[in-house]
Amino acid sequence: MFSQRGALAVLGAALVTLGIVHDAAAQQTVKIGAIYPLSGNAASAGGFSKAAIELAVDLVNNGNPDLASVPLADGKGLPGLGGAKIDVIFADNQGTPAAGQNQALRLITEEKVVALIGAYQSGITVTTSAIAERHGIPFLTPESVAANLTERGFKWFFRATPVAGDFARAYSDFLREQKAAGQKTGSIAIVNENTEYGNSVASVIKEQFAKDGLNITQAIPYSANTTDVQPQVLQLKEKNPDVVIFISYTSDAILYAKTMKDLSWKPSIMIADDAGFNDPSFVATSGTLVEGLVNRSSFAVGKPGSVSAVINELYKKKTGSDLDDPSSRAMQGMLIMADAVNRAGSTEPAKIQAALKATDLKGSQVITGYNGVKFDEKGQNVLASSLITQMQGGKYVPVWPKDKAAGELKLPYKGW
Amino acid sequence: MSSILLQVIISGLLIGAVYALFSSGLTLIWGMMNVINFAHGDFVMLAMYTAFLVWTVFGGGPAASVPIAAVVLATIGVLSYFLLVRHIMRGPMLAQILGTFGLALLLRYSAFWYFGANFRTLPDTLLGSPFVLGSIRVDAPRLLAGAVGLLVTLLLHLILTRTALGSRMLAVSEDATAAQLMGIRPEHMQAVAWALAAGATGIAGALIATFFYTSPTVGETLAIVAFVTVAFGGFGSVPGALLAGLVIGVIEAVSAFLIGPVYKDVIVYTLFVLVLWMRPQGLMGKA
Repeated sequence: MFSQRGALAVLGAALVTLGIVHDAAAQQTVKIGAIYPLSGNAASAGGFSKAAIELAVDLVNNGNPDLASVPLADGKGLPGLGGAKIDVIFADNQGTPAAGQNQALRLITEEKVVALIGAYQSGITVTTSAIAERHGIPFLTPESVAANLTERGFKWFFRATPVAGDFARAYSDFLREQKAAGQKTGSIAIVNENTEYGNSVASVIKEQFAKDGLNITQAIPYSANTTDVQPQVLQLKEKNPDVVIFISYTSDAILYAKTMKDLSWKPSIMIADDAGFNDPSFVATSGTLVEGLVNRSSFAVGKPGSVSAVINELYKKKTGSDLDDPSSRAMQGMLIMADAVNRAGSTEPAKIQAALKATDLKGSQVITGYNGVKFDEKGQNVLASSLITQMQGGKYVPVWPKDKAAGELKLPYKGW
Repeated sequence: MSSILLQVIISGLLIGAVYALFSSGLTLIWGMMNVINFAHGDFVMLAMYTAFLVWTVFGGGPAASVPIAAVVLATIGVLSYFLLVRHIMRGPMLAQILGTFGLALLLRYSAFWYFGANFRTLPDTLLGSPFVLGSIRVDAPRLLAGAVGLLVTLLLHLILTRTALGSRMLAVSEDATAAQLMGIRPEHMQAVAWALAAGATGIAGALIATFFYTSPTVGETLAIVAFVTVAFGGFGSVPGALLAGLVIGVIEAVSAFLIGPVYKDVIVYTLFVLVLWMRPQGLMGKA
């Protein structure tokens, strides 16, 4: 079995390499595949990520004079490849692991992409990156956080985003600080959607909290693609925990915000783990129902003229929405990939893999709030970090840690 | 019974009445023509967007959006019948299934193209605040949807069983050739059935939009429930859909509350399979 798979991988890699060498000679573009949910329940988030990736590609291909500190944004394309332009090819994972897998295969074998990024949902990143691994194509996930993704011994897999362990620690530190300041944190409930993302983040948070003496009293896993969340909210209402942590996608996040108001229940601290609660269409539809909601983000708009502010303006012009956290990470992912391809000076997957391994971006060179980008031997970015934000007046404002805060934390949770 | 459990049951009944409301159109089409409308969920989606447009363009609430959505969807229903269904009915069974499935995808991706993938919601204050009875809260939009759900289902049932139009429709569904000999035009009756079914679906969608999110794929999420409700209640039976909707709503709510939300589907579908095993025609379908 193993040798058969190995032989297939070698054969696949050889075929792909042949195809790419042929392609690179024929044209002055580098094809990078991007697999995102463009239909299905996460299509809204996928669409925003797509726009952010297009913006990243536009920066590299056409440049922007206001963003001199961002690598490759000087309008010269990829100088390492004679000024080649990036041609990003989007594929729709339809919100299912099987569709994502098929699209990865299509991008690699038919479109002959030299590298892949994606795939938003952790459960789909699992299957798509396995295809890339088998074909020897570098795969970078800018946003999927499930812990096991980097524990599979993959050689071609890289992850730029902070992972569950990072923000479980952030939540724990944050909550213990609030406890010391006199907030009620005696009982904590975790409500999580039950695919790879929700389950893995929930279990990492449980471990971290147990270590830190925070008391989780209720765990409610549920299916994200649901028509009704009233029973979940009523389970919360019955036990009445002080703190609730939601790990949800967009459609369910909207239903929770509405249903909590309908059934008139709220905790003293409500935390949302990014994802659905950071989707611009959640903020637009339900922002006024969750005033004081605590969230995490790797992106915060800085002072006018700063890199984040300029990028946010460009993004707003393109989509009509502020750049949200997952989309900012998708954009950063494409910039990391562009940087690696440029340094590789080649479209050969093995050289791009080597360049990714040697990535060394400083905090000042990235557009997100990361401290930089540097991958460890498992492919995890060790300089990834996130801040705690709070919904204030229909917008997320960074409030913690204090040195990165732009606003005052206001507790208890207000809601509607 | 603890008051919170009572709240769970009431919540289940309300969502169940809504299930019944958006399933009645599906069961009606089946009962009339033995055609499964796979575009049903996407009809609901179009009605939800209609309600959304009525709100954003004219600032109108359900009083305006419900009749407008009913008319818009009835028109779409009649068009679907004359342009598509009438033709595929002559083809093999598979053509009928894939035909309405194709219509579903056409509608869904048209919505993607026109409205984008973003989620929309109507303002939650559209219908005022919830009714509070002691510790029990009943959300106004859900109560309205539930009440109208009961009313529309009852009305459809009366039209089918108590009016001359209903008799003509039933005649066509039982034997189109014989009905034709009696001077009834089957095509007219079938078009009326599509108008009624799609119109009822329009009412359902406009009401659901007041408390649910609207997105191009929302029909997918809702359609599964509609198919289960219709099969459970008995294909073609409007009262059956009502009973099944309520039963499913309550069982879902109670099992999700007592055992856990991830188990509710297991319980509902186990029951579903058991009922079909013992009564393949569904709770109120004809054998």
